[in-house]
Amino acid sequence: MTRSPHRPGTTGTTGAAWATGATWAGSALSRRGFLQAVGVSGALLAAGPLLSACGTEGTNSSGDGGTQGDPKKLAWSNWPLYLDTSDEDDTDNPTLKAFTNKTGIEVTYTEDVNDNDEFFGKVSPMLRAGRSTGRDVIVLTDWMASRMIRLGYVEKIDRANIPNSRNLLPSYEDVPFDKGREYSLPWQSGIAGIGYNPKALGREITEIDDLFRPDLKGRLTMLTEMRDTMGLLLLSLGKSPEDHTMADYKKAIDKLQKLVDDGYVRAFTGNEYAADLASGNILAAIGWSGDVLQLQSDDPDMQLAVPDEGGMLWSDNLMVPKGAGNKAGAEKLMDFYYDPKIAAEVASYVNYVTPVNGAQDAMRDVDAELADNQLIFPTEQTLSTLHSFKALDEGEEKEYQDMFQKVIGA
Amino acid sequence: MTALLTTPTGAATPAEEPTVPPERRRVPYLLLLPGLLWLAVFFVVPLVTLVSTSLQTGSLEEGYALTFSWSTYSDVWSTYSSQLLRSFLYAGSATVLALVIGYPLAYAIAFKAHRWRNLMLVLVVAPFFTSFLLRTLAWKIVLADDGWVVGALQTVGLMSDTGRLLATPAAVVLGLTYNFLPFMVLPLYASLEKMDPLLLEAAGDLHATPVTAFRTVTWPLSLPGVVAGTLLTFIPAAGDYVNVQFLGTPNSQMIGNVIESRFLTVLDYPAAAALSITVMAVVLILVVAYVRRVGARELL
Repeated sequence: MTRSPHRPGTTGTTGAAWATGATWAGSALSRRGFLQAVGVSGALLAAGPLLSACGTEGTNSSGDGGTQGDPKKLAWSNWPLYLDTSDEDDTDNPTLKAFTNKTGIEVTYTEDVNDNDEFFGKVSPMLRAGRSTGRDVIVLTDWMASRMIRLGYVEKIDRANIPNSRNLLPSYEDVPFDKGREYSLPWQSGIAGIGYNPKALGREITEIDDLFRPDLKGRLTMLTEMRDTMGLLLLSLGKSPEDHTMADYKKAIDKLQKLVDDGYVRAFTGNEYAADLASGNILAAIGWSGDVLQLQSDDPDMQLAVPDEGGMLWSDNLMVPKGAGNKAGAEKLMDFYYDPKIAAEVASYVNYVTPVNGAQDAMRDVDAELADNQLIFPTEQTLSTLHSFKALDEGEEKEYQDMFQKVIGA
Repeated sequence: MTALLTTPTGAATPAEEPTVPPERRRVPYLLLLPGLLWLAVFFVVPLVTLVSTSLQTGSLEEGYALTFSWSTYSDVWSTYSSQLLRSFLYAGSATVLALVIGYPLAYAIAFKAHRWRNLMLVLVVAPFFTSFLLRTLAWKIVLADDGWVVGALQTVGLMSDTGRLLATPAAVVLGLTYNFLPFMVLPLYASLEKMDPLLLEAAGDLHATPVTAFRTVTWPLSLPGVVAGTLLTFIPAAGDYVNVQFLGTPNSQMIGNVIESRFLTVLDYPAAAALSITVMAVVLILVVAYVRRVGARELL
């Protein structure tokens, strides 16, 4: 899921290859030397993929820790706009600076996770080959964390090195994909519900089927994130996202297909629904709490409804990929961000649900108004109406996605 | 190049050229080596990998093995033929639209722009200074339901009050046309600009009306540009998936979206590879048929 409301543009990099080629002309390389160099590197380049093209190995190989291993350096990959920045400078992260001051560890912070699937596509070839990804901490959503753990792509973390992890709220402790949190700790959570402006729509939405009325025909979007969209559809049929059968899922798919065929669903989106909601192109969307909170700052009437049937709760999880050079540093980082004060500072900026106990009290000093915001600190009662999607193995995952992708047109 | 062309015959009948020492005969091949290696690394290897992937079966956990499972091809063909057809339909419509818009523009730049010529050429290319994604997203603002385009169309009665432009196939074709228009204009301009204006004068002297002169002189002379422009527009447009993602609906998805979803989301690498090969094959067939039909055989 793309959290950033500012979808980062792709930059053309194809020009670089040509630019480097031009420097050959100026160098004093003899032609024979050049031909040999090209021949050797070309043959090496050609042979590698050719060999591996004839079948790839399974994933039971273990990473062999190939990074620099400098204990004073740490590489962290995260989603865009998912860490506090100072008012003056977007690239300055106050809490990260505090971490460096406290531990002496220099952090290379990169916002290169834009999409779970895309990020997996980027790092999985390295992890499959048992090579380091060059990253020490990564942040991925529950179901992708589940896949990474299942495939053995992440290191076990040592909770003894993370004393602050006792601040993890109990409801996050025993998730189906990581019992006892041996591999992952949640970074931020969010609620998937129904984002809409009651004034613009002219009525309240209290249950999921309220979406499927004529005034929303073609003015409604849903998420490409299968678990959030299908979770809500399962709930609308009275089924539980945590515990349902394939027959239930098929019924929910049939319902969605009918809604698409009848023209209710205008599009399936990443987080670009937020812009459409703000501009009035759509009147309601299945969306995420953080996005809707950010919309609220421009339009106080915008709200995220958690329907009577319930909403979906997801988390993005801190993990240490196999082959990380500085696992101890990664654990120190996790410990630092599980300090309620630090967690409150991050939450006041990113506006997602924080999984750290005590952050709500700490928030009263940071931003008292946010401390009572249901979308950042949901009450126990709200939390009890939120669901998570059941863990799927690889075969199920494929079957589920297959059906869902067909409905969304791909 | 001539040395290269004569060498094979020389090698076949060495008795005819006894004066060429054997080491000199190898020189053309050595000179060709960098080019061949380039082709091998950037074309043959990816293609072989792609074909090999399309014939594999397996899963991430168990690994993939080459089992020569040709049924993947028939499966994807039967499952996704509607998206394939739609891709070529959209790309074809966008190409025709780009030609209709691009030809007058290229003609104007070549013959009427005079000292504004360079400025106009820069303006044609200028949209490339911003990201492809941003340019496509900008159309969402232009075509917004409450925007002035939709408002104007509704006022003059060309569109019903509940109608919309965004999230329709028309918006997708428009996005494709816009994004690939420069690829049409530049080759057209290049071939028109080479044309000698005296030819038109001569046609006039021979009592040809301007329309006849265009039909019998300008158009045939610009054909190489038309072929190049249509190919440069059609081929990338057929594989595009960004325009549909932002401007389309679930019922207007193109083959690029399917490949993306198969590869990244469903992790069905063989199907994604098989689809890619299928698209390549179909495009190749269409291009060969088209080029032969137009008669620009020197391009083949």
